[in-house]
This record gives sequence, structure tokens and C-alpha cells, in this order.
Amino acid sequence: MATAKPRVKLPDKATKGEVITIKTLVSHPMESGQRKDRKTGEKIPRMIINKFTATFNGQQVFGANIEPAVSANPYLEFTMKVEESGKFEFVWVDDAGTTYKTEKGIEVTG
Amino acid sequence: MISRREFLQVSVATGALLGTAGSGAWTALAARQGLMSEAELLAFPEFGNVTLVHLTDIHAQLKPIFFREPSINIGVGEAAGKPPHVTGKEFLELYKIEPGSPEAFALTYEDFAALAKTYGRMGGIDRIATVLKSIRADREGRVLFLDGGDTWQGSYTSLKTQGADMVEVMNHLEPDAMTAHWEFTFGIDRVREIVDNLPFAFLGQNIFDNEWDEPAFEAYKMFERGGSKIAVIGQAFPYLPIANPRWMFPKLSFGIREQNVQQNVDAARAAGADVVVLLSHNGFDVDRKLASRVTGIDVILTGHTHDAIPEPVIVDKTLLVASGSHGKFLSRLDLDVRDGQVKGYKYKLIPIFSDVITPDKSMTELVDKVRAPYEAELKTVVGKADTLLYRRGNFNGTFDDLICDALLSEREADIALSPGFRWGTSVLPGQDITVEDIYNATGMTYPAAYRSEMTGARLKEILEDVADNLFNPDPYYQQGGDMVRVGGMGYAIDVSQTIGNRISDMTLLKSGEPIDPQKTYIVAGWASVAEATEGPPIWDVVTSYIKRVGTVQGKPNQSVLVKA
Amino acid sequence: MELNRREILALSGGSIACFALGVSAVSTPALASATDERIKAFAGDAELREGRISLTAPEIAENGNTVPIEVKVESPMTKDDYVSEVMVLADGNPMPGVITFLFSPMSGEATATTRIRLATTQNVIAVAKMSNGSVFMEKKNVKVTIGGCGG
Repeated sequence: MATAKPRVKLPDKATKGEVITIKTLVSHPMESGQRKDRKTGEKIPRMIINKFTATFNGQQVFGANIEPAVSANPYLEFTMKVEESGKFEFVWVDDAGTTYKTEKGIEVTG
Repeated sequence: MISRREFLQVSVATGALLGTAGSGAWTALAARQGLMSEAELLAFPEFGNVTLVHLTDIHAQLKPIFFREPSINIGVGEAAGKPPHVTGKEFLELYKIEPGSPEAFALTYEDFAALAKTYGRMGGIDRIATVLKSIRADREGRVLFLDGGDTWQGSYTSLKTQGADMVEVMNHLEPDAMTAHWEFTFGIDRVREIVDNLPFAFLGQNIFDNEWDEPAFEAYKMFERGGSKIAVIGQAFPYLPIANPRWMFPKLSFGIREQNVQQNVDAARAAGADVVVLLSHNGFDVDRKLASRVTGIDVILTGHTHDAIPEPVIVDKTLLVASGSHGKFLSRLDLDVRDGQVKGYKYKLIPIFSDVITPDKSMTELVDKVRAPYEAELKTVVGKADTLLYRRGNFNGTFDDLICDALLSEREADIALSPGFRWGTSVLPGQDITVEDIYNATGMTYPAAYRSEMTGARLKEILEDVADNLFNPDPYYQQGGDMVRVGGMGYAIDVSQTIGNRISDMTLLKSGEPIDPQKTYIVAGWASVAEATEGPPIWDVVTSYIKRVGTVQGKPNQSVLVKA
Repeated sequence: MELNRREILALSGGSIACFALGVSAVSTPALASATDERIKAFAGDAELREGRISLTAPEIAENGNTVPIEVKVESPMTKDDYVSEVMVLADGNPMPGVITFLFSPMSGEATATTRIRLATTQNVIAVAKMSNGSVFMEKKNVKVTIGGCGG
């Protein structure tokens, strides 16, 4: 079973109304289901991260439905306009239904 | 015959930015037919307040060399028929250069072997040092000296010292900034080690870490010269991870990144730059397109494609300078900068005639010092050249014919492939071929000469792919090398076609039979970008072959038919 | 160095030539209709319009296994007028689907970047759906080379 280690990069602080950039990476082989085992000739079953969501103070701000053509260790970069301090939660879900989560707070001033 | 120390005047191209430069610069001088000395070769009228000096693609050549310019350099799309895609007689006519003159020898292939005997070798870092010193004395506080890259690779000593010889010598010349290409083939750890201790800027706005997509090197640096602020933006070779082994710098991403160029230009202007210079290793056609799309660049100091053009090419308001390769030329561009604008320029592509320009003593000593441990090996004679050995040309060169012959013979292959590199010096008819000469054409960090099986279909696919890297009408898809050299097989090419349709009539030369797409052939080659390629280093293969044949007898290569 | 006969005739192991294949050369692209069907399913009856999308990708992929692409759609990104989804397709892959970005007015900008697999030279297609149901489309051709030897 795949193990996934999520990492995120976003500023610790921002000013109210600022559009910040959020970068996320999760280590995952993204087995496409297209490859064949060299020895047995059998198809290697698909096992990918198929869904990503980013929520802020409980509200979804960004998400992605992911298909096998996304590279191993899926990278996603997106933006958010911050209006208040709070907490981000990032969730990745794979084909087995396993979820991988990480959180990060941001302090918004002004 | 004129004496070795008397040469024709090399004139200064001059112009206002909005006017066309025309091709009149070298005209005046060629018309004058005056004879000259070192002082005249360096003469430059007082003009403006900023001087850019550009050296690029020296490929680790510390000593004066012979380097024959190409006879075939086809331009496609909008570049067709425009410099640098003008060669030989047409080049001489375009720039009004007298056949047989020193400029003709320096800038074209016409009568190369004969003229080489008259005019001697070109380049030599100690001669470059003299020219640079003279410019700096003339223009105190106004000079920026910029190195366009491909500096650390291309010789026996640079290979043995992993570029340390070039770093030491270049540090002595005190550049203000450099960008890079082959530097990265020493591996990222070596590049970091050198750059961390470099007393000048190593710039690359298009080098990013491929994990977080963040800049891996400084994008630009601001300088103040002659009372003006000059931003120099670095642009490394965009296709390093494709044209060279990606595994040597696995965490870096390059690319042209045109939008990022614009952002850096805008940032430099916002920071008060009066002049914006792109120190580029894009290749000339890529830079010509870039200049037409990015606004606010005053000067692009081009590199990579090894073109020497005696006048700047002007695209909109951007001056494109092409300073040649292997230390044959040094470009001097004087700018009149006032009110945050470039008002005019004067330019000279200074040919480094090694017999005319006095070597700088301290640099000669340094070069001797870095070469001393290897001098005996460098001088070792392996064989003799009966005909001129050179590399440049879109489809073949006699040095590559030699390499292909060596691969076919020493590895008992049906077909040989040798990459279309543009670096490598020339050997004159009658000269000895030394170890140094062999490494000048082969010295690099992934030299394994592989021996492999390929189907005819695969060979076609390779030729089509490389041809598209050279002849795609959109310059942004061009990688700047020449066509892969092929031994043992002939083919026809129609450069005006699209990928998959350019190559035809592939023929196995030893049997005269057409290449069968289904059939498997034994192919030998070198410089694979794949990690852990097996095989002896190419210089051993070439050395062993030359030792066996003794004298290398080049034949005109007629195995590639170019369809118009 | 002298090569002995066994060494001369040995075939090199590993991948060959100047030319390392980034990805398998043998992959069958999806039928053109598969791409069209995905677009139709996404856009519904809305007309496919040009403009508003900028799709950034390298001219030539450095590595077909991981090609960075960025989609940016012009939009005020307010509660009443925003980009709701952008679907990315690759028309030369065995299956055209790549990713669908889901934006919200809180996104501030309709911009997203990811890295994708491209089996061969092909078009990357971005289709953006606005909160009012209108749909825009943009394409960019990315070349996947078998590796040159330039320089």
C-alpha cells in the first residue's frame, strides 16, 4: 500500500485581502494502471491520489479531481485571497480511500 | 603577400537604435583596404558612457586555435536567409568583405586551410586579456565584462580539472557575470562548489528547482557603470535537461520561460535600470524571436549557436550581438545612455588574431601553470591529418567523419552516430593530430562509446527527432546543435518538411541497400544522455583508430543529400 | 587503451544512444472522439469560446513523466462572477483525462499549476467553466522529444 507524505508551502503571515500562493506536494507513486509488470506481463493495478481539497476555516477554497496522467508525487499550486486569520486543512484521497492530511495556520493583519 | 602583423582595418559598426544598421560597417573598412597593427585592431572612437565586453562559448580553449566556420548553416521559417544563416561567399558579399582578407578567414570557411597559413591561429586567453586590459584602460569605470557560458568545458585540461583551469583563468580576467550551459555537465555538486566561491555573479533567470518551482540561481544583477544603472539578466541554455544528461542535475528545470524574462525585465526597470542586458545562452534564432516578443531589453548578448556576426542585428529596439566561439572574437559594444535610455551605439567584433595581439604576460604565465601538469600528454602525437579536420556544418564535418569511421571500425558496427556538437577545433592539412586535438573534439563528461542494436524504424525516428530540433520553423523548438552525424548510412533530408517527413532514402552504405524499418542494425555512437551507458570513452576509440591508420585521409562526405 | 575483441563486440546494456526515451514509445493515443466526449460532457450545451485562458507549458518537455503546466483564467473571482472549474486534457495520451481544478470565489485568482504525464508530442487542452455556465477553451502543443544531442 502506498504511503504518502504531504508537504505544503504558504506564508505564515499576510495582509487582509492579499492573494497568497499555496504550494503542495505529496509523495506518491501514482500507479497509472497502464503499466505492465516486466516479469509477469500482467497489468499493475491502478493506485493514484484521485482527489485533493483545500479548506480554510472549514470552507472549501480549492480542489482537484485527479486522473492517472498526473505525475508521481502530485504537485499542486494555487492561490487564495485571505480575509482573516485561520487554519488551512489539506486532504488527499487515494483509490483505496486512504486519506492524507496536513494543516497550517496563517496570521492575517491589517 | 602581406606580413603576418599587417592586417586590414576592422571597423566599428555604428548607429542610432531606430535607424537600420544596414550592412555597411565592415564595408567601410573593407573598402579602405588599409593595413594595420595591434593598436588599430583595438582602435575604437570615443563614444557614450557604457561599454559591454562579451566573450562566449570559449569551450575551454586557453591557447590560440584554428576554427573553421560552417559552410552549411540553413535557416528555416523567418530566419531563412538571414544572418547567421548566411555563409561563405554570400556572407562576404553581405558584409562587403574582401575574399582572402583576414576578416574572410576569421568569419567564413572560404579557402580556410590556405588562409590559415597566412593569418595564423586565432584566440588565446592571454590575447583576450590584452584586449580587455586595453578596453578597461580606455574606459575606466565604464566597462562590464560578461561571459555567455560554455566556458568550463571543451578541452583535455578542463576535463581533467573539472573546469578548475577555466575558473582560475576566468577569475583572473574578472568578469562581472556569467551564465551557463555545458558547465552543468560537471554535475550539480561541482557547479555549486564552484559558484559558491565565484567572485562574480552566476546568473540564470530560467533555472528553477523542479520540486517547488523556485529560482535556483540569481536571475539578474544590477551594476553601475559610467553613471548608468545596468541590469544584466542571465539566461542559461533552455534545453539542458534534454540535450545533455538530466541525471547530472536531476533537481533542476530550465526552459525558455519567456514570461519570466519579461517579469525580470520589468522588475529591473522598476528597480531603476537605465539599460537592460540579457546575457543569453539561448542560441541566435531563439533570441531573435525572444527580442520580438519581450519588451524592454536593450541588448541581447547571444551565445550557444557559435555565430560570429560583424554587426548587431536589430529587432525592434533590441540589439543582438553574436560574438563567435572558441576565443576567436571579443565583442565591444559602447552605448550612449542618457535619461534612462540607450541613445546610440558603436560596436566592434574584435577578431583575436593571435599573431597580431601581444599576449598578456601574467595571463600567459597562468595558462602555462594550469597546463603544465598535462603538457607532455597534450603534445603527444597520435597521427597526422592529410586533409582539413573541422566540425561545424549542419550535416557533417570532417572531424566527425573521422569519429564515425573510428566507431564503425573499432566497434565493428554497421552504422555510427556522432552528436551534432558545435564545439571542437580544426586541424590543418599536414598537421599532427595530438592528444589535445582529440580532446578538443571529444572532451566531456559522458564519453561512453556504446554499441547497440537498433531497428531501421528507430534510426529514422532518431534522425527525424534531431532534424526537428534543428529545423523546426519555430525557433523556440530549436535546441541549437547540428544534425547528428551518421557514418555507414546515407540519407536525404528535406528541411522544409515537418517532423516525420524530413528524412528519406536511408541507405546502408556498405551494401547500397535501403534501410529496412524492421531489420536490426549494429549501431555505435557516443555521448548518450542516458545514465550508465556502457562503453569505452570516445577518445580511446578515436585514438586507437588514428594510431592504426596513421594518416587521416578525409574524403568529401556525400552521404547526406539536402533537398531544397 | 586497447579494446580486446570481446569488448569490441559487446553490446551496451541499458538504454541506448544519444537518445534516451523519457517514456514508453509504444502507447496508443486515445481516440480523438474520447477527447471530444470529455469536452462535451464537461461543457454541456454551452458554446466553446476562445480567449480568457492562458495555458503555460514548456515548448519541449524536459521529461515526459513530469511536465509542468499552468492554467490562468481571466476573471474577477467575485461571488457572482468566478471560474468554477478548469478541466485539463491531453489528447495524445492513452486516456485524455488529466485533472480538473475546482475554484471558488475565495481563490482570488483562477490560477493553478500541476505536473503531468505526456506519452508523446501532443496538445494539452484546458477547458474553463464560468459561474454563469459559459465555457472557454485553449490548447498548447507540447513536444516530447526522444532526446537530442545539441550543443
